[in-house]
Amino acid sequence: MTAETGRPDFRRAAARALGDSSLRANFRRAMDGLMARRAAQFADPVEWRDLRALGAAIRARSLARLPELLERLEERCVGNGIAVHWAETAAEANALVLGILRRHGATRVVKGKSMVSEEMHLNDYLEAHGVESLESDLGEYIIQLDHETPSHIIMPAIHKNRGQIARLFGEKIRGAAYTEDVDALTAIARRVLRRKFFEADAGISGVNFAVAETGTLCLVENEGNGRMSTHVPPVHVALMGIEKVVERLEDVPPLYSLLTRSATAQPITTYFNLISGPRGPGEKDGPREVHLVILDNGRSRMLEDRELSSTLRCIRCGACMNHCPVYTRVGGHAYEAVYPGPIGKLVTPQTEGVARRHDLLEASSLCGACGEVCPVGIPIPELLVRLRAEAVAARPEPGVLEAGEGRHRLESAAWRVWRHLCERPGLYRAAGFAATRFGRFLPRWLPGLAAWTRGRATPRPARRTLHELADAEGIPDA
Amino acid sequence: MPENARARILARLRDAPARPAGPEPDFAVMARKVHPPADRYPRLRRLMEAVRAEFVETTEAAWPGAVARFAAAEGLRSLAYGRGTAAGARLEAAWPASGPRLVPYDRPFEAWKRDLFEDVDAGFTTTRGGLAETGGLILWPSPEEPRLLSLVPPIHLALLDTTRIHDSLWHAVRAEAWAGRLPPNALLVSGPSKTADIEQTLAYGVHGPKRLVVVALVPA
Repeated sequence: MTAETGRPDFRRAAARALGDSSLRANFRRAMDGLMARRAAQFADPVEWRDLRALGAAIRARSLARLPELLERLEERCVGNGIAVHWAETAAEANALVLGILRRHGATRVVKGKSMVSEEMHLNDYLEAHGVESLESDLGEYIIQLDHETPSHIIMPAIHKNRGQIARLFGEKIRGAAYTEDVDALTAIARRVLRRKFFEADAGISGVNFAVAETGTLCLVENEGNGRMSTHVPPVHVALMGIEKVVERLEDVPPLYSLLTRSATAQPITTYFNLISGPRGPGEKDGPREVHLVILDNGRSRMLEDRELSSTLRCIRCGACMNHCPVYTRVGGHAYEAVYPGPIGKLVTPQTEGVARRHDLLEASSLCGACGEVCPVGIPIPELLVRLRAEAVAARPEPGVLEAGEGRHRLESAAWRVWRHLCERPGLYRAAGFAATRFGRFLPRWLPGLAAWTRGRATPRPARRTLHELADAEGIPDA
Repeated sequence: MPENARARILARLRDAPARPAGPEPDFAVMARKVHPPADRYPRLRRLMEAVRAEFVETTEAAWPGAVARFAAAEGLRSLAYGRGTAAGARLEAAWPASGPRLVPYDRPFEAWKRDLFEDVDAGFTTTRGGLAETGGLILWPSPEEPRLLSLVPPIHLALLDTTRIHDSLWHAVRAEAWAGRLPPNALLVSGPSKTADIEQTLAYGVHGPKRLVVVALVPA
């Protein structure tokens, strides 16, 4: 592995985050509250078991029939008057969006929350091409003002406290008086953004579920900015990853229930917006054009592996990060990835390469909390272990990006020695004897030990091996 | 480029090894979420009041008067509504001459965008019913009752027939066969617009309406 400058490094970023006590307090408070409220939403274990099994089955079936469902979605959308575009890469998707905006002479765009647009770095791209792209979700608006990326996929500004937001608004928004009152801060954002909705030439949104059966795009939100962005401007551009499609409208209610309860512990959000077409005949409002951009961006590669393909079941609720002991302590930015937390540890190495982002695969204690709370039953810990193995595999599977490239000579040699010992009882006993008698004299700088002792006491081996203790107790050797 | 992207993505998906489809989805857990008709409206009201929706109870015969009284009591200057619906006609017929300005949404949005954003204090819409399991109103905007009536004005008044409350969204989708007949925009609304993006602290009235007032028709 070669060290490149600017390469993401979770260890370094995590160490920095752990030293920021205000950041840690902001996350701890938020995650504790979310965990307690989510648990109350799923208080009935039988309902949770059955609903989760249903969610998992719907998502698995959607992925199993993906090409067919995407084609049906396209056909139904086009029938409803929605223009459908396909993009293999983020760069292609950006160019498509810009092309649509240019055809309408659009220079001012309002955006609803969309993680796919974060994958595309769409705002930066549009700004570079002379289009103002303004985030309208309050959390996204806050971090855009501060030139940051989301630290959580549901609550993008969760790393900031009200004092930090108050200072930001005071500095960046003309006419905004300094206030730490949340209602007053919200009112300031409402005033600014109402004007932007009014003036916008186009609106951009994500998609929570796309229904193949009816050609319907479903948007889940609380603020109303999603409805504003999709219904006030004359053009609406919706962005979705290829995995977002479900087969039938009937599939949506269980997924919607799992999503809102897992994400924010709400039985239902303020708004659930089902868009099946642009302004219809006789309608007096709604966009004149609706465009749907379907983006791959590495997703189809994940489908090449039967086990890893379940990564794509994800409905982006964020429960795995809310329950992750690592995420809670380091926050979202330390991952230096679009998707942080446990699901990000699966998505990022699969899209950027398991060798390049091996650091993320190791950033887990495998405690299993993420797998337990996943509303669509993605076996996140098992997949993390699988990806760790793929990263260093001697004979890697085809579908995994950079499989085997994380292999390290010294590390593989160490494991070979370990296997050699374990296969030879005499040698194993001798090594055990040596370790118990001389282990404490090992220098701290030894490779392997050095990394361990950087933040911990040097382990002190017991004075006698387990075999010796067993012998002393008269327990016969197995 | 886009045509090639489509072909290449679909080809890759078709060439990928078969994914485990797993068991057929079992919707029994959704079907179980039923509520006796008498419990539906109280449940919906309790759940929606928890997210700060307000309720004005009235009857089928008296509701236009109740809406007018609410508008007067709140000091509204204007109320927009959809012309061409039965409810719109009732409102027009019953509206007091001394009441707030009653504004029909009878032009394309572009023709009165500024007025709608700046001069309309409240929007009145009908609903198709509600959801007992989670709370929430079902709205299907139409040419007569446009989409932005329930979104742009600071107060949204929504007429709910309390005998048309479904057990859950899943029940509503099936009972009314939505899959074959969805309008270009359908939506669920469960309260006034809100956010928790600052320190997880709930704040109401962020981008959409600051108040949702349910005009609930209960048996006389």
